[in-house]
Amino acid sequence: MAEKLTAEKIAELEKRAKAVRRSIVSAVTEAKSGHPGGSLSAADIVTVLYFAEMKNDPHAPEDPDRDRFVLSKGHAAPVLYATLAERGYFPHSELMTLRKIDSRLQGHPSMKALPGIDMSTGSLGQGLSAASGMALAGQIDGRDYRVFAVLGDGELEEGMVWEAAMFAAHYKLDNLTAFVDYNGLQIDGPVAEVMSPLPIPEKFLAFGWNVLEIDGHDVAQIYDAIQTAKNVKGKPTVIVARTVKGKGVCEMENVADWHGKAPSSEECINFLSQLED
Amino acid sequence: MGKATRDAYGEGLREMGLENKDIIVLDADLSKSTKTNVFGKAFPDRFFNVGIAEQNLMGVAAGLAAAGKIPFVSTFAMFAAGRGFEQIRNSICYPKLNVKIAATHAGLTVGEDGASHQAIEDISLMRSIPNMTVIVPADAMEARHAVAFAAKYHGPVYLRLGRVSVPDVFGDGYKFEVGKAVELANGSDVTIIATGIMVSPARRAADELVAAGFSARVLNMHTIKPIDKEAIIKAAQDTGAIVTCEEHSIIGGLGSAVAEVVVENMPVPMERVGVLDTFGESGTPDVLLEKYNLTVADVVQAAKRVISRKR
Repeated sequence: MAEKLTAEKIAELEKRAKAVRRSIVSAVTEAKSGHPGGSLSAADIVTVLYFAEMKNDPHAPEDPDRDRFVLSKGHAAPVLYATLAERGYFPHSELMTLRKIDSRLQGHPSMKALPGIDMSTGSLGQGLSAASGMALAGQIDGRDYRVFAVLGDGELEEGMVWEAAMFAAHYKLDNLTAFVDYNGLQIDGPVAEVMSPLPIPEKFLAFGWNVLEIDGHDVAQIYDAIQTAKNVKGKPTVIVARTVKGKGVCEMENVADWHGKAPSSEECINFLSQLED
Repeated sequence: MGKATRDAYGEGLREMGLENKDIIVLDADLSKSTKTNVFGKAFPDRFFNVGIAEQNLMGVAAGLAAAGKIPFVSTFAMFAAGRGFEQIRNSICYPKLNVKIAATHAGLTVGEDGASHQAIEDISLMRSIPNMTVIVPADAMEARHAVAFAAKYHGPVYLRLGRVSVPDVFGDGYKFEVGKAVELANGSDVTIIATGIMVSPARRAADELVAAGFSARVLNMHTIKPIDKEAIIKAAQDTGAIVTCEEHSIIGGLGSAVAEVVVENMPVPMERVGVLDTFGESGTPDVLLEKYNLTVADVVQAAKRVISRKR
């Protein structure tokens, strides 16, 4: 059996996730635009990956044996930037350049702009294909790195996701783990009303994936699911993570309007106070 | 008659595969037609069929390249540049990933399959994307060189290949230099700039013009991007008139690329031989080329028109 997280590690990860959430709120406020809701919903997943799971070294972002991370829902860039800063890839102060001219922190992740970004994303639906390509390359080369992707639930409406889903299962990419950040909301409203991608687990099952369902804000569940996925051979795993859009900030929670809107400076003070240790 | 450029691609790819183990080939259920099956038979562990899924074809290639591989991806030009456009732009060119898109069955000479399969917009689409290199080989020899170039160059490349056999233009001693036009005939009254399968008709047109008392320069513009500005400006200076020839829409392709250089640097009269903002249809390749004004006679007439417009 895979190891469980210790109580200390769980507490550390929760603290890290809170710090990541504070950075998200601050950076998006300073940028005066961006996507806080879907960044906050994915914060625990990304934190666990970078602080408890992935082989990654801020001083060797090009290491061919590193684990890879593809933020397929690229509009949640703030969660990735906040986590990379927390992990030591660049100073926290740089988060305040988000979306500004000449910044390495582009509105959507650019691998050419910022070391530590494994794939440029932003146009929804494309990340799972790129992650599959990376996983395939790892298998061809006999390298034991793993590839992680985070997709939005609304993103599953893109047909290309299912082309990639077919591909990853067909080529038995068991070094690939995808998360679906299932927060239930997209820009125009609930995913079930706009264009239902539900049921999500059954769809991936039908495409030949190993499917796990967890609470996407429980760091222990996230970690355990990743360990389970590692031991599944011959097929990729999708972890359907039930989340709350805007998680951590009560005014933002489950409100579709906070998909792509920046808090005002006054709101920011209130929101940050809710995210204190 | 020589070989089709797609056949040369298949052979060139196998050759490159021997030299470089990082070359991976992907196809979308058309490997018998695109000739990637030649590579697939030689290196089955480095050949992957993605099925009929061109968006994923481009995305997987991007991921392979991000992990250090050199993916060559093939399907028909319509589905590569058309269906996969946005994936090529955002997942391949924006991060300047080392992906080679070798698109076959470009242009009207797809033939009987008709307009749905006749890509006449792909040069236009591909050359408008930053970081992309666009090459249109004129014959089998040039296609082989283009494949070798693509394998060695680091960055996205679009190779435009044809279905039908084309006459050989180049012999064994041919030296391919990306971004450098090849002068196939010198002349002083007009310059015919051609690309791809229109290079041979352009040469024959030049011969006919000579017979009619004119002197025509012929340039093979195998690289549409980066385009050889120097050769175009020199042609404008030396001959004072330019005709472009391509098996592609006159909107956005070689003719447009040449016109951009000409008007900004050395304005001279120009005529564009190409598909006139219309869709193709079913028919044999030769009949289609005739109906859509892509014959030697069309080039000759365009040359005479442009010469008459000179002051």
